[in-house]
Amino acid sequence: MIIAERKPIKEIFSFLVPGEKVLVLGCGTCVTVCMSGGEKEARELSSLLHLKGWEAEDSTIERQCEPEFNLKAKEEITHADTIISLACGVGVQTLAEYFPEKKIFPGLNTTFMGMPKEQGLWEERCWGCGNCTVHLFGYICPVTRCAKSLLNGPCGGSKSGKCEIKPDRDCAWQLIYDRLKKENKLEVLYAIQPPRDWSTSHYGGQRKMIREDVRL
Amino acid sequence: MSALQEILRRGEFAVTAEVGPPKGVNREVIEKKCDQICDFVDAVNITDNQTAIVRLSSFASCLIAKDKGIEPVMQMVCRDRNRIALQSDFLGACAWGVENFLCLSGDHQSMGNHPQSKNVFDVDSIQLLQILKNMRDEKVFQNGEPLKGEIKAFLGAGASPFADPLEFRVIRLAKKISAGAQFIQTQAVFDLEIFSRFMEEVRKAGLDKKAAILAGVIPVKSLSALRYMQNEVPGVVVPDSLVERMKKAKDPKEEGVRICVETIEQLKKIEGVRGVHIMAISWESIVPEIVKEANLYPRPERS
Repeated sequence: MIIAERKPIKEIFSFLVPGEKVLVLGCGTCVTVCMSGGEKEARELSSLLHLKGWEAEDSTIERQCEPEFNLKAKEEITHADTIISLACGVGVQTLAEYFPEKKIFPGLNTTFMGMPKEQGLWEERCWGCGNCTVHLFGYICPVTRCAKSLLNGPCGGSKSGKCEIKPDRDCAWQLIYDRLKKENKLEVLYAIQPPRDWSTSHYGGQRKMIREDVRL
Repeated sequence: MSALQEILRRGEFAVTAEVGPPKGVNREVIEKKCDQICDFVDAVNITDNQTAIVRLSSFASCLIAKDKGIEPVMQMVCRDRNRIALQSDFLGACAWGVENFLCLSGDHQSMGNHPQSKNVFDVDSIQLLQILKNMRDEKVFQNGEPLKGEIKAFLGAGASPFADPLEFRVIRLAKKISAGAQFIQTQAVFDLEIFSRFMEEVRKAGLDKKAAILAGVIPVKSLSALRYMQNEVPGVVVPDSLVERMKKAKDPKEEGVRICVETIEQLKKIEGVRGVHIMAISWESIVPEIVKEANLYPRPERS
């Protein structure tokens, strides 16, 4: 899922003008699950704004990244002067695209695509590079999880299974090595991985996917 | 053929030393370092923004070294340049007569003085080796398009015998050699026991016959420097016995030199070690003494 965290409250306050009507718009999908922008968080933020003197309301729609859900909340959106979106970056942009006349600010920082590892701990797993090869690396993506995105093995900085740049981060290559060793598949690592085609990744600018078979 | 390659081909024990470019434009800094060590090494290895700190470029520094009559090894890291820039700089350096290249991944930018920068890592060091080898041997760019002219390049790579996972280190070395590495420079050796075991595995895999392995050494000036090596430098293992020895030393600088010289003496005895690479970081002036003390002076005639 998409992981996000709420912006510092001071930054959110800095977006707002005294006296205006504010709508805090939550999103019911990823950011609800990672506890940063769901109904509960939207309610908390609007209550806080209320206490600070703003006329604030909150509402949460199922998926802010999809136009039809935003359009369903048209009335509340139109009623507000300013909207703090508690969706991921996709949600904020969708909302702004369909309500171009509105003042909209992001209430979250979208951090990554990842998984909940423990209660209160989320870890990145995927960059969305457009060319998945995790099966070659013991299902541990080196593009995402190695600080240098190395495809041919660990750099010289791996120590006690940890990455040289952050001691609380596992070295992705240690994990890859351990998993393949356990599965007796170390020979996979002997092959030289050629340079990647990054054009499928975000280095090629905005990406689009067209599915003729499902187009209307 | 580069002088370094020729010395190794003749089976002579090679000596190279690292030279770090300055944080500024003063070419005299490089000239002075080159003058100090010129007669004592076969080539100088010039770092490419090491530890991700911005310095005068390796390419330009290599030309300054050449002006001083000393053969450079140009380091190329994958952190800051994509395949377009790496290939372009390789051509440029070849056109200026640089003949030795060391391909490295590069220290992560978070360790340097511009931690907010983006890294590149379009290719990794193994892929870079393969690209440069194909440019030299097949006369093609990475995309398969032909290039013009003869390239003389002696290609090298780093090896990290002390970093985890230890068992993977020989596999990775084998990959580097099959990608095109003709010489290998190892991370600094302090722990001879681990290094000997690594070399045993290297010999078992026949890799010492396929590439010339130069063992890295670092002379340390003080106990704190040695402790820093022990605790902070990724991929370096310093045995406690050396720390104890340094603690008792009356003259730490002298002791640091002695440890370095003794390490070289031991390395010379290890089968498959074809030379040493002295990384006297900000202490290049000590290189002559180390080379003399280790009975590696005079250096063989350069062709």
